Amino acid sequence: MSAAQEPAVTLERAREHGLTDEEWQRILEILGRPPSWSELGVFSVMWSEHCSYKSSKRHLRKLPTRGEHVLQGPGENAGAVAIGDGLAVVFKIESHNHPSYIEPKQGAATGVGGILRDIFTMGARPIASLDSIRFGPLEDPKQQHLLRGVVDGIGFYGNCVGVATVGGETTFHECYRGNILVNAFNLGVVEADRIFLANASGIGNPVIYAGSTTGRDGIHGASLLASAEFDETTEEKRPTVQVGDPFTEKCLIEACLELMRGDDVVGIQDMGAAGLTCSSFEMASRAGTGIEMDLDRVPQRAANLTPYELLLSESQERMLLVARAGREEAVCAVFRRWGLDAVVVGRVTGDGRMRVRFHGKTVVDIPVDPVSASSPELDRPAREPATLRERQKLDLASVAPEEAPGEALEALLDDPNFGSKAWIWRQYDQLVQGNTILRPGGDAALVRVKREDGTPTRKALALAVDCNPRFCFLDPRGGTIAAVAEAARNVACTGARPLALTNCLNFGNPEKPEIMWQLREAIAGLGEAADALGTPVVSGNVSLYNETHGVPIHPTPTVAMVGLLEPWERHAVSHFTAPGQAVVLLGETREELGGSAWLALRRGLEAGLPPRVDLEHERRLHRLLARAVREGLLATAHDVSDGGFAVALAECCFLGEADVGAEVRLEAALRPDALLFGESTGRVIAATGDAAALLRAAQEEGVPAREIGRTGGARLRIGGRGAAAWIDVPVARLRAIFERALPRRLEAGEAGAERGGPA
Amino acid sequence: MFAVVQFPGSNDDRDMRFALKSVLGADARLVWHAEAELPPGTRAVLLPGGFSYGDYLRCGAMARFSPIMGAVRRFAEAGGPMLGTCNGFQVLCEAGLLPGVLRRNRDLHFVCDFVHVRVERAAAPFTSRARPGQVLRLPVKHGEGAFCASREELARLEANGQVVLRYCDASGAPGGNPNGALHDIAGIRNEAGNVFGLMPHPEHAVEGAIGGRDGVVILGSLVDAVAAARGGA
Repeated sequence: MSAAQEPAVTLERAREHGLTDEEWQRILEILGRPPSWSELGVFSVMWSEHCSYKSSKRHLRKLPTRGEHVLQGPGENAGAVAIGDGLAVVFKIESHNHPSYIEPKQGAATGVGGILRDIFTMGARPIASLDSIRFGPLEDPKQQHLLRGVVDGIGFYGNCVGVATVGGETTFHECYRGNILVNAFNLGVVEADRIFLANASGIGNPVIYAGSTTGRDGIHGASLLASAEFDETTEEKRPTVQVGDPFTEKCLIEACLELMRGDDVVGIQDMGAAGLTCSSFEMASRAGTGIEMDLDRVPQRAANLTPYELLLSESQERMLLVARAGREEAVCAVFRRWGLDAVVVGRVTGDGRMRVRFHGKTVVDIPVDPVSASSPELDRPAREPATLRERQKLDLASVAPEEAPGEALEALLDDPNFGSKAWIWRQYDQLVQGNTILRPGGDAALVRVKREDGTPTRKALALAVDCNPRFCFLDPRGGTIAAVAEAARNVACTGARPLALTNCLNFGNPEKPEIMWQLREAIAGLGEAADALGTPVVSGNVSLYNETHGVPIHPTPTVAMVGLLEPWERHAVSHFTAPGQAVVLLGETREELGGSAWLALRRGLEAGLPPRVDLEHERRLHRLLARAVREGLLATAHDVSDGGFAVALAECCFLGEADVGAEVRLEAALRPDALLFGESTGRVIAATGDAAALLRAAQEEGVPAREIGRTGGARLRIGGRGAAAWIDVPVARLRAIFERALPRRLEAGEAGAERGGPA
Repeated sequence: MFAVVQFPGSNDDRDMRFALKSVLGADARLVWHAEAELPPGTRAVLLPGGFSYGDYLRCGAMARFSPIMGAVRRFAEAGGPMLGTCNGFQVLCEAGLLPGVLRRNRDLHFVCDFVHVRVERAAAPFTSRARPGQVLRLPVKHGEGAFCASREELARLEANGQVVLRYCDASGAPGGNPNGALHDIAGIRNEAGNVFGLMPHPEHAVEGAIGGRDGVVILGSLVDAVAAARGGA
C-alpha cells in the first residue's frame, strides 16, 4: 500500500483505532481537517492509555517527587538520584504484562530490553535488574508454561546483554490466571553531571536513527495491547508482540555510552511503545521544538513498509538521537563500529510541528504540543466497590485457632508463594559486572558501585521490590502503604538507607469506577508512605486493563526501593550466620491476622483489614538498622512479612548455605496463631553477638525490641509462655520442603506434558 | 601486558580486566576483536565470557572468524599462555585450539551458581598457586557448558593429564556437576599446556565479600607465570 492508496479516514476508522468520539473532535480541531491515515495512527498511539496516562495522570501529579538527592523525577525516561561523590543512580520499573501473557518468552525478554534502554538512554550503565512476576496457581499447566516462558525470556535477554539480575519476587494467585504480571526494573550508574535527557533542542541539529532496522513487528504492540481488556481475540494479537535481540542491545549500550562520554549528543531517547512516533514527539515536546523527518531514510528490514507502519512499528533495540550539527558523521561512525545502523533521518525545526515525508510527500503535519504535552486527560468516576466493607469484616473470635502450628508452617513453606525461587534465579546471571554482594533469595540485593572506568567505590545499592496484592485488594490505600514500607524495610535490613522509589501500578479496567477508586486510593497511599519515609517517587509506570473476561487482577502497585549503603563492607544478611547469637525481635506484634497468608491458606479466607502500618515507627526502625549495621552489632536482619514470624524465623535458619537452628520464646498474651503467623508490619528478626548493645540502641532510637532466644542446634523451636513448644522441627526438614516447593510442581507438570497431557 | 579480547557481545571483558588490573595489579587491556594484531608486549591472552555475536548460531562459532583470531592462533601456537573462560572456552573449542565441544546443559536451563571444582593438575602457568586436589569454589553461569568429546579424545585427555579442573562436591568427592559435562570436566588444557579453557569464572571470585577469593588461585597463577617468563627472559 503506497501513501496514495491509504484508506480514507472517518470517525469509524478512528473508533477502530480506539479513539473516542470526543478525541476525534479534538483531532479535527487541532488539524482543522480530517487526519491522514498515518496521522490517525499517530494520534491513536499517542493518546492510548499506555502512552498518554490519560486516566491516571491527574492523580499521579500529587505524588511526592522531589527530595534533596533527586536529580530527575518522573517525566524523563527514568528517575535519577544522587548518591554522593559525583555519582548518581538512574532507575525505573515498567510493566510488560499483556505481551508476556500472549507470548511469554518474547514478552518478558522485550520487557527487560525496554527498561534497559530507559536507563542507558540517560547515559547510565545498567548494572542491576529485578523482576516482579505474578502468575495464576502453579498447579495449572498453562501457568507453568507462562512461568517457564517468562523466566526463559528474562534470562535470554538479561544474560546475553550482560546485566546482572539480582533479585525480584514471584507470586501466585488466582487473580492472575488470565492476566499475568511482568514488571521489570533496572538501575544504572552515571556521573551526576553527565545525565542525558530526551530533548530535541538546537534548531538545525540532525536527528539520527540508530540500532536495529524497522519491521512490521509490534505495530500497536505496547500501545494497543496494554490499552484494552483481554478476551477470545487476544490470541490473534500474537503478531503484535515484539521480538527481542539482546546482542544488538548490548552493542547499543556500549555504542551509546561511548558516545555519551563525549559532547556530540544533544538528546537521546529509545523507541519504545509507539516507536518512532512517540520518541520523536516526546523529544520535540520537551524541547519546545519541531522535527522534520524523511521516512525513506529509516533502515528497514521488510519490503514495502507504509508510512503508517514505519511510524508505529515497535521493532526493538532502536534509538533516536539529536546530535550537534556537523557531528553526524562522528556519531554514526561509533554505531557502525559496533555493527549497528545509524542514519540521519531528519532535523530539528523551530516551528513546533512534526513534519514527516515519505516518497517526497508530506504524510504527517501535526503541531507537537497538542498531541504530546497537552494530550487528553480524563477525570474518570471512582466508587468504592460495594463488597469492600463486607470483605473487610473479620471476627477473629469466629476463626478457629490453628490446631497444628508445625503443620501450618510446613504448609506455608510448601506454598509456591513462599517456597524457594532458586529454580528461577539460578537461570539468571546474577554476577556479571562483578558487583553482586548479596544475591537473590534474601530481603534485598546488594550491589557494589563501580565508576565507568572500573574504579570500585565503597558505595553499594540495596534493591528490593515488593507488593502484597491481598493487602491491596482488602485496602488499596493501606496495602500500598504496606508495600512501600516493606520495600523500604527490606532495603534497610542490609544496613542501607532507603533513598527513593519507583513503582508500577497494575490495575484493571479504569473505565469501571471501582477500579478507578482502587487506583486513586493506591496512589494516595503511595504518596503518603513515600512522603513519610522520605523516599520520593522518581519514576514509574501505570498498567491498566489487566482484566480478562471482565475479571480484574487484585490491585498490584509494585514498589521498587533503592537504598544506599556506605561503606558496604559492613552489612547484614537475611540468614543466621553462626550458633550462639542472641535472637532479637524488633517491632511489635499485634493480633493482626486480617489479609494474612495463614488465613488464606489454612482457613480459605481472604478477608479482614490488612495490618496497619506505623510509618513513624518504620522510619525509626530504618534508622536503628542502619546504625546497628554501622556499629557492627547486626549479623542478621530479616524482615517479617507475609507468612508472619514463623516463616521469617524458619527462613533465617535455612537461607544460608549451612543450616543454623534457633530456639525462641514468644511471651506476648496474644492468640498463638497471631504470634506465629500474623503479619504485623514494622518487624525484623535480628541476630547479634551483643544483645545488650542492640537493645540499648533500639531503646535510644525508640524501637520496641525484645531478646527472644538464641541461634544454634539443628532444630527450629518456637515456644510460648507454656512449657511445650508450639513448633519443634528439624531445620533440614523445613529446608527440604522450602527447596522442593517449586521444582516438585514443575517436574509434575513436565511429567504430565511427557505423557501427552495438557501442555 | 595481558590482552583481554573484546568481541561484540563479550560481557565479562571488563570484569576480567578488573580482576587482573585492580585486584592483581597486572597491566591488562581490552583489545578490540577487529584488530589484526595483538598489541606489542602481549604476554598473555584472555578470551572472556559473554555472548559473542549473541551466540545465536552456536556458542563461539562466529567469534572464531573475528579478525583478531589469526593473531590469537599464532600467539597460542608460539606457546603464549592463553586462558578462555565460559564463552572464551567455547571460542577456543570452536577455533580448534582445544579439543571437544560444549553442549547444552543437561537440564536445558541456563545455570548461574557457585560450584566446587577440584584442581587435577597443579602446575604453571594456570594452577601453580593450587595444591594438587585443592577444591575451589567458583561461579558458573552458562547455558551451554556440558563438555563433550569422543571416547578416544576423553581417554587421551585423561592420559595426558589435560584435565585441569573437575566438578566435585565441597569435600572434593565426585558430584556437583552442574551441566552434565562428561568426566565432570570443568576445564582442560591443550597438549602443550599453554592454552586453558574452563567454564567457571575466576574473574568473579577475586574479592572476598563479592564471590570469594578462589579465582585468584587461577588468575594469580597466570600473573606469576608471566612475571616468571619476563624474569627469565
